[in-house]
Amino acid sequence: MGAYIVRRTLWAILLLLVVSFLTFVIFNVFPSADPAALRAGRNATPALIEQIRRNLGLSKPFYTQYWIYLKGLLEHFNLGYSYYNTESVKSEIFSRLPATISVTVGGFVAWMLIGIPVGIISAIKPRSLLDRIMMGGSLVAISAPVYFLGLVSLFLFAQGTGVLQWAGAAGSYVPITQNPGTWFNSLILAWLTLAAAFAAFYARMTRGNLIEVMHEDYIRTARAKGLRESVVITKHGLRAALTPIVTMAGMDIGLLLGGAILTEIVFNIPGIGRYAYDAIVNADLPAIQGTVLFGAFFIVFANLVVDILYAFLDPRVTYG
Amino acid sequence: MALLEIEDLHVSFKTVDGVVHAVEGVSLSLDARKTLGVVGESGSGKSVTAQTILGLTRFPNATISGRILFDGHDLLTMSTEHLRDVRGARIAMIFQDPLSSLHPFFKVGHQIVEAIRAHEDVPRDLARKRTIEALSSVGIPSPEERFNSFPHEMSGGMRQRVMIAMALAMRPDILIADEPTTALDVTVQAQVLELIQALRDDFGTAVILITHDLGVVAQMADDVAVMYAGRVLEQTTRETLFTEPEHPYTWGLLQSIPRLDAPRTGRLNPIAGSPPSLINVPRGCTFHPRCPYAPPPAFETEPALTPSQPGHLVRCHLPIEERKRLWQSLQNEHPALR
Repeated sequence: MGAYIVRRTLWAILLLLVVSFLTFVIFNVFPSADPAALRAGRNATPALIEQIRRNLGLSKPFYTQYWIYLKGLLEHFNLGYSYYNTESVKSEIFSRLPATISVTVGGFVAWMLIGIPVGIISAIKPRSLLDRIMMGGSLVAISAPVYFLGLVSLFLFAQGTGVLQWAGAAGSYVPITQNPGTWFNSLILAWLTLAAAFAAFYARMTRGNLIEVMHEDYIRTARAKGLRESVVITKHGLRAALTPIVTMAGMDIGLLLGGAILTEIVFNIPGIGRYAYDAIVNADLPAIQGTVLFGAFFIVFANLVVDILYAFLDPRVTYG
Repeated sequence: MALLEIEDLHVSFKTVDGVVHAVEGVSLSLDARKTLGVVGESGSGKSVTAQTILGLTRFPNATISGRILFDGHDLLTMSTEHLRDVRGARIAMIFQDPLSSLHPFFKVGHQIVEAIRAHEDVPRDLARKRTIEALSSVGIPSPEERFNSFPHEMSGGMRQRVMIAMALAMRPDILIADEPTTALDVTVQAQVLELIQALRDDFGTAVILITHDLGVVAQMADDVAVMYAGRVLEQTTRETLFTEPEHPYTWGLLQSIPRLDAPRTGRLNPIAGSPPSLINVPRGCTFHPRCPYAPPPAFETEPALTPSQPGHLVRCHLPIEERKRLWQSLQNEHPALR
């Protein structure tokens, strides 16, 4: 087990190096745009662009440039400085991390609390009216994009814009340390919007897995020994049905921690997703590179955690 | 009065291909401390009959009728809540594949503790102690350690022992063993059968033994019912079944047993054809398409299960004398059948 974790961690580091190299090549070597011209801004004189080129070391060979970038990354976790406002990309990302974590964790809790019970209820009586209503509803939720559901929810429920002024408006985010009540209120619509599609997906997964598991021989054994049907379902059934869902949840959390771009934009939440979006709009290369690398880190890390977790969830899994 | 009485049981399932008539008018009775063998090929309805006793076929797509009397109560009409008190405590069941029948994510000890605590409000440590005793009584070495094993860490024989320990932990009146040795190695099969036999004798548990193996029946059963296409074709004591069988299907089963004392060049005599679809059951006698002796009425009407002598029921259109004559000539032809 220990050897497995070490090996997987080494692979994860290698993978992140490859990602850093690829993003570097894509943005600095391919002639998509001249970084110096981007940095210089509009109406810059050729002399200024030339000076910036020298300052940024852009005339050096690209492997030297990558080496400098990598060295900064490994030694000081230096992700470079924004072309747009010269802020450190690292500190920009870290200052936005709490907002992204808030969106992700809250959304996760919401979609698990909605999705899993809905899936269970549907699975207990497949093809019943309730099942059909819930699965039909989940199809709608999966099909409705975040920017649509988000705007509708703002229009219906948000203070200022909404018909019913129940929840915080877009852009009302404050850190939890400042005022937990306002924090919660400002995020509730974002959580529910984010959760809608995920909850629907998780409900369908839970339903499908549970229906399959309930046909297993060991469920028959559980019934034959006289357990309550509720115990058979929630203990013997769910224990097996939810294991693959843990894997999926880990991946989804990893993905969202890299920035819930659409949600953060619609609700104007100052998170990493919002930062990545602004970076793209402003062609701010170091910021784009930084957010991509950061997102990749979370996905790789989540993958690792899930694989290790699996050994505890399924006793049949062993790692050599 | 019999301990368990199945009267005119019918079970059918609606499927996308049509209605499967799995059990059609089966009546069986089991006395206390006796072993009833139910023999048949796959798809003969023997497992469905067994599972219906404990209500394990209660699904929305199943239609069940008849009566299953246990202790004066009809198990078929009993509420699931009351049936729960019977399941595991009064009537326990073990299954064909012990690997898939045990939950892969729970320790075997825990699964037995759960069975005890489903019926008795005993503290955990006491249930644990009883579980270890049960594991020890079925011959599992170092039961304290095995308590914490997962099913996949055990061999097939050990897993079936765990299932038996679980089934007998509550000292039930009846043990239903549904093909308990089919998934096991031959050497282990004998051990598991001996174990069931020993526990039956020690605890006075009545056993319903579902099997396709007449050898198992010969070793264990007091009475035998031969099932085919959801019906009982012949029902009698073990002695009579092996010495004076009267149904052509039973003859076929007896002829298809491989024997160590048969000449090496001899070939097995399987029954020609294959079991009928339970969606489109043949007209007349259900066995007539495969029966070499079927008389004309067998093509049209289904024979009733009638006594040929006290305690011997046969479902066949052939006259009794004709059956006895045919069995005689079969024995002359195949001395192994004697």
